[in-house]
Amino acid sequence: MNLTLKIWRQTDAVDKGKIHTYAISGISQDMSFLEMLDVLNEQLNEQGEEPVAFDSDCREGICGMCSLMINGEPHGPEVTTTCQLHMRSFNDGDTITIEPWRSGAFPVVKDLVVDRSAFDRIIQSGGYISANTGSAPEANSVPVPRDNAVRAFNVATCIGCGACVAACPNGSASLFLGAKITHLGELPQGQPERWSRVVDMTAQHDHEGFGGCTNIGECAAACPKEIPLDVISQLNKDLRTAMRHGH
Amino acid sequence: MTDMPDTTLTSDRSHDEPSPGQYDDAAGYYTLGEPIADTKAPAGDIADRWQTRKFEARLVNPANRRKLSIIIVGTGLAGGAAAATLGEAGYNVKSFCYQDSPRRAHSIAAQGGINAAKNYKEDGDSTHRLFYDTVKGGDYRSRESNVYRLAEVSTNIIDQCVAQGVPFAREYGGLLDNRSFGGVQVSRTFYARGQTGQQLLIGAYQAMERQVKLGTVTEYTRHEMLEVIVADGQARGIIARDMVTGEIETHLADVVVLASGGYGNVFYLSTNAMGSNVTAAWRAHRKGAYMANPCYTQIHPTCIPVSGDHQSKLTLMSESLRNDGRIWVPKKAEDCGKDPRDIPEEDRDYYLERIYPSFGNLVPRDIASRQAKNMCDEGRGVGPMVGDFRRGVYLDFKDAIARLGKDAIEEKYDNLLDMYERITGENPYEVPMRIYPAVHYVMGGLWVDYDLQSTIKGLFVTGEANFSDHGANRLGASALMQGLADGYFVLPHTIRDYLADGPFPEIGEDHPAVVEARADVEGRIEKFLSINGNRSVDSFHRELGHIMWEYCGMERTAEGLRKAIDMIRELKREFWSDLKVLGTADSLNQSLEKAGRVADFIELGELMCIDALNRRESCGGHFRGESQTEDGEALRHDDEFAYVAAWEWGGQDGTPILHKEELVYTAIEMKQRSYK
Repeated sequence: MNLTLKIWRQTDAVDKGKIHTYAISGISQDMSFLEMLDVLNEQLNEQGEEPVAFDSDCREGICGMCSLMINGEPHGPEVTTTCQLHMRSFNDGDTITIEPWRSGAFPVVKDLVVDRSAFDRIIQSGGYISANTGSAPEANSVPVPRDNAVRAFNVATCIGCGACVAACPNGSASLFLGAKITHLGELPQGQPERWSRVVDMTAQHDHEGFGGCTNIGECAAACPKEIPLDVISQLNKDLRTAMRHGH
Repeated sequence: MTDMPDTTLTSDRSHDEPSPGQYDDAAGYYTLGEPIADTKAPAGDIADRWQTRKFEARLVNPANRRKLSIIIVGTGLAGGAAAATLGEAGYNVKSFCYQDSPRRAHSIAAQGGINAAKNYKEDGDSTHRLFYDTVKGGDYRSRESNVYRLAEVSTNIIDQCVAQGVPFAREYGGLLDNRSFGGVQVSRTFYARGQTGQQLLIGAYQAMERQVKLGTVTEYTRHEMLEVIVADGQARGIIARDMVTGEIETHLADVVVLASGGYGNVFYLSTNAMGSNVTAAWRAHRKGAYMANPCYTQIHPTCIPVSGDHQSKLTLMSESLRNDGRIWVPKKAEDCGKDPRDIPEEDRDYYLERIYPSFGNLVPRDIASRQAKNMCDEGRGVGPMVGDFRRGVYLDFKDAIARLGKDAIEEKYDNLLDMYERITGENPYEVPMRIYPAVHYVMGGLWVDYDLQSTIKGLFVTGEANFSDHGANRLGASALMQGLADGYFVLPHTIRDYLADGPFPEIGEDHPAVVEARADVEGRIEKFLSINGNRSVDSFHRELGHIMWEYCGMERTAEGLRKAIDMIRELKREFWSDLKVLGTADSLNQSLEKAGRVADFIELGELMCIDALNRRESCGGHFRGESQTEDGEALRHDDEFAYVAAWEWGGQDGTPILHKEELVYTAIEMKQRSYK
């Protein structure tokens, strides 16, 4: 395949940045999208131009490190992570626009790399169950109804990539937040801190500059792990209950 | 036999009984040093040793803990769990990772599960059986006191993770579910669909983030450790590079913990993350930490085959798939190009079931891998031609779907099968999957004593980065167990005995050891940027990987290893004279990061080959062509090689120094493995 790549280049956080256009050829359909960028970078290195910086680590769709807006969609046209997107989703002759995540709360570090430390700070504000090492009771002493366990697992699959934020017209991280609230709120172990958790995490979310949910649903559509939109309903429900109880 | 040591023994002598000292294949490549002993493991009954050590390890008063500082490099299960636990205990912890968040560490990619001797299935499991299985699986090349401890704390791990909210699979009654996993005959594996590593890591990460908020843990993300500071005989800190600004930072502490993972990326293609590297461990090695059994590599049998030269990494399919999938190749080589659905039952060779009737598809990983290679070498591999060969075997779910229904299979393996389809474009519910072995895990690592302390005082090593628990081969679902055992339940006890002597005298940034370490780091970075050659870092890495896979992969021979050592030395010369790294030192520069890692991989690769050359026996994941039984099974030489090979850095132009730690089994009898 021969492709035209329009890629956002920005030297650092303060640089204004702009789109550069590159032609690339000899791309195989079996390559992953990031392997295609590896090929580009080898080519740039050879030509004496600094390679394009982008994040990736596990390259098997689970670590959440890879990002990229591809033709305006987070992680591109398929419901998966960028590292699992393959070139068979594109056609010979395509022009592909590649940008970093778009959100004020995720400032650009360089080229396609952004700073997502806001997510860590949201978890720090309450996204855990306080259980010091060694203090845990026997694992089977608290049965968890299977339906709750299944729902908890389904939303715990969030990889913290930030696609939900990049997709949202209002830059909201409500899907990320709701997934963690729902995961821990479904489990008996999560009950003691349930109400303070939702209040503290929501406050941190807002403090980081993420917008509120405006019921668009782009987040769930973009989520590579298909976290369902109803976690935001759960978030709102828990938050309302917590406020009513004076937390 | 009274022959003199023969360094060029050929395979026709492989069935002879060696006499002690007969083999010295690596003569000339190393120097023999003094033997070493693990001096910290208590004597006495194996079941009492850990309790004894915990009691004897000195305590640190809670009020004094915040005056003691701990650096932890790596935030996977071993590092994240340790940071959380030591933070909870009240120590002053600094945590480092090269990723943008601690949650990205590669433990997250472990799929299948985590072992624990809970015996919830009442199927005969016990601490002793888990211990036994792990030692046997490691082919009697692990240290028994460490393995017993691992089995002993395994049950605490499950309790801890459930309390954190890890959503393990459950039965309808709400109790925890288990499954069986490769190489064992009991159901002791806890799992969270095919994402167990993710869920355990998120549990440890959340516990650690809680401590960040409480102020006991400070996290440094996008930071790469580039040197360890050894001052006055003790590890006292690290030099790290802020990967965003390029700033070289000095971090000092009372003790340093490396939880920096494994070095499988020395093969270029592996199931490791792109950034997984040996630099932290290798820099420590060069400062005096011994590297133990570096050649012990686990080649995982169930990965997606390579599709071409562009390949940047390999993807594992959890071996839990072997519980329900059946592995086969066509009986006749001429069927290999056919659509597998058109090959009738009688023309299929379910070779693992045929050769190993009692374990069948659940034989340990090294056996499953080597047999896949044998089938392909015989010309019965399947899938596309890569070079002159078809490198793949079928993993077929047809029978399982017929027996359990598609829904049951989907529930168990959905994300794995989806991932397979995503990568290959083939639907595994309809067409048998194709799998081939790939480098997955390294059992070798920095040598540690029972306390997990390396040969550098004050430098502790946990998780995959150390060598201690898996011997020559690791059983499925025990990497997660070891990482969390070390992080939650072992290190926090052993490190306190060391810290009881602290706080140690303050050292400043002007201490000669700090100045020297910084200068080394800065000098190396400057060198990478100034070579101005013609070849990219990746091209060197890929070439190193080819050499390692070809000569230090699933089957190793003296001849091949000697050739590999020459090739690696040549590659090293070329690297340092023809490398091309663009960009600057004071910005995010991914080529520069990779250059440092590949430089260290090259040196490690040479040591791996020397270690493999020295170990003229087959054990676990290390298969020497010269050491096999008449029917091609691995043949150990306990009389000569029942030791841990701990290598000391011999200097830039010297040869490595081999220290042997004899392996003594008191609770278990050494046997040749048999899975037939």
